[in-house]
Amino acid sequence: MNVFMQTLVAGILIGGIYCLIGIGMSLIMGVMGIINLAHGQLMMVAMYITFVLSYYLHIDPYFSLIVSMPALFILGCALQKYLLNPLMEVDSILPENQVLMTVGIGIVLTEIARFIFSSDYKSVTTSYGDSAFFIHNISFSIPMCVAFIFAIVITMILFWFLSRTDMGRCIRATAQDKEAATLMGINSSRITIITFGLGAALVAAAGSLLMPIYYLFPDIGGPFTLKAFIICILGGLGNITGAILGGLTLGIAESFGGTYIGMGYKDMVGYVIFILVLVLIPGGLVGLKRLVKS
Amino acid sequence: MTKKKLTLAILLIVLLVFPLVVHSDYYRHLAIITLIWVIIGSSWNLLAGYTGQVSFGHAIFFGVGAYTAGIFATKLGLSAWWGMMFGGITAMIVGLVVGWICFRLKGPYFALATLAGGEIFRLIAINWESLTDGMVGILIIQTFRSKVPYYYIALFMAVTCIGVVYLITKSKWGYYFVSIREDQDAAESMGINTAVYKNISLLVSAFFTGMAGAFYMNYMAFIDPDVVFSLEFISIMAILVGIVGGVGTIMGPAVGAFIMVIIQETFRSAFFGLAPAWVSQAHAMAFGLLVIFVIMFLANGVVGDWAKIKRYVFRIKP
Repeated sequence: MNVFMQTLVAGILIGGIYCLIGIGMSLIMGVMGIINLAHGQLMMVAMYITFVLSYYLHIDPYFSLIVSMPALFILGCALQKYLLNPLMEVDSILPENQVLMTVGIGIVLTEIARFIFSSDYKSVTTSYGDSAFFIHNISFSIPMCVAFIFAIVITMILFWFLSRTDMGRCIRATAQDKEAATLMGINSSRITIITFGLGAALVAAAGSLLMPIYYLFPDIGGPFTLKAFIICILGGLGNITGAILGGLTLGIAESFGGTYIGMGYKDMVGYVIFILVLVLIPGGLVGLKRLVKS
Repeated sequence: MTKKKLTLAILLIVLLVFPLVVHSDYYRHLAIITLIWVIIGSSWNLLAGYTGQVSFGHAIFFGVGAYTAGIFATKLGLSAWWGMMFGGITAMIVGLVVGWICFRLKGPYFALATLAGGEIFRLIAINWESLTDGMVGILIIQTFRSKVPYYYIALFMAVTCIGVVYLITKSKWGYYFVSIREDQDAAESMGINTAVYKNISLLVSAFFTGMAGAFYMNYMAFIDPDVVFSLEFISIMAILVGIVGGVGTIMGPAVGAFIMVIIQETFRSAFFGLAPAWVSQAHAMAFGLLVIFVIMFLANGVVGDWAKIKRYVFRIKP
């Protein structure tokens, strides 16, 4: 029973960070209808920012959020403005041009990181890195709990932003119907730029929060891009509430897979769930809810 | 038209005498690798360029083909050449499953489902140690010491593959494929069973890619999961070969394979030893930059945008 509870707790805590990754992807998917295959690589950039700040300037990883989130926001905006938006006008046979472009961006980001930092594994050491507290023999790792709380706060701020501010409403309107939104006087290309920036900032937060509990190397982006995608499929494409559910589910599932099946298969659990969702409930968890209702 | 046929005939003759004239094993090796990429690129192009189903997971079929050949040799004690036949067939069987699951999705979502599929197969190959020997990989003994026989086998396969793709695109199937690419719903309402034809396209594509994988096993004599199921260096490379050459064109992937292998090799060898050594680390970056460049400026590839390139070049130096 202890093992079971411990696994559950670890899953939920890591699930909080997965939520942030998934929401960023989901936001971009909802507004632009494209899948950002450089999502994990953007997270990797944020992690390196955190690493540099903590290693050379001795800034606490959590404080580095103040730097990494705006930095990635700007990077995301620039990528969307100069590389992705111009593709709207390019005439080509395949509609997946923008997705392929994000693949290219991902490769370049990874290689730049490899160039600067080499392929070595890096990690930050903090005084609280290994500390934990216990409730009924179940350990709660402190950095993971802090990350979880941060994730909840950031998600709540995002929800407030999307539902209460003008810009947030514009983003939601564009996600619902781009053409109608444009007709209502919303500058949709500006919205896409800001949305991509937001998505990048969210994944940057996830990266900085992961840094005290994880290690870092240039190729870390790829697996996380896939995780983000699995979370989105799990939750229902382009749906932010779904992304939260998906993130938690993936976190718990991976944690259980790691404990009960074997660490080697931990990553595969996500993919298996992904295929099961595709085959059994194509709309994801949100689609399932709708199905039950009707 | 006759000019085109003449060019093709000359090209074929050049390719046939190539290993007799060039005695350097290095260049023969590059030629064989290029031919393998021609096969993978052409079969990817049939699925993506003609049917419009962009696959990010051709490493699935390549890896399955390679592992079939490898397992034939290590576990069944037969010659790995048997894998040439069964590699394609196994890849087709896998293709059926992949199609059954992934064709529930459209467009970019299909692309990502195949991408996840590739990762699943890589993880299976790593973890199913009793069958695949995991990360240790499979090592066999090469049949021929000379590269010439391999070259002719690869050439034969590549020509067959391009020929089959050409015949398919000129047949009824080809027109069905293109109509699915252009507008799936319209194709469906015209009475084309899109599910069946998408699967046919996938199966043909999987067959040739699987055969290329089996040939790779025979030629390189060593595989491991991270090589043959690699996302970047198989799946993405297959897309690049298609895109750089030109999606939806017959000769596009052949041109693309040639360009990509040259670029890869130029960077890997640091401009053949002329540039400082750090350049050799930049070959993956060159890949990424090339993707960005091609998508921005040559969205239809070298063959597809040939008229554009010609116009641009002739304006500079008439």
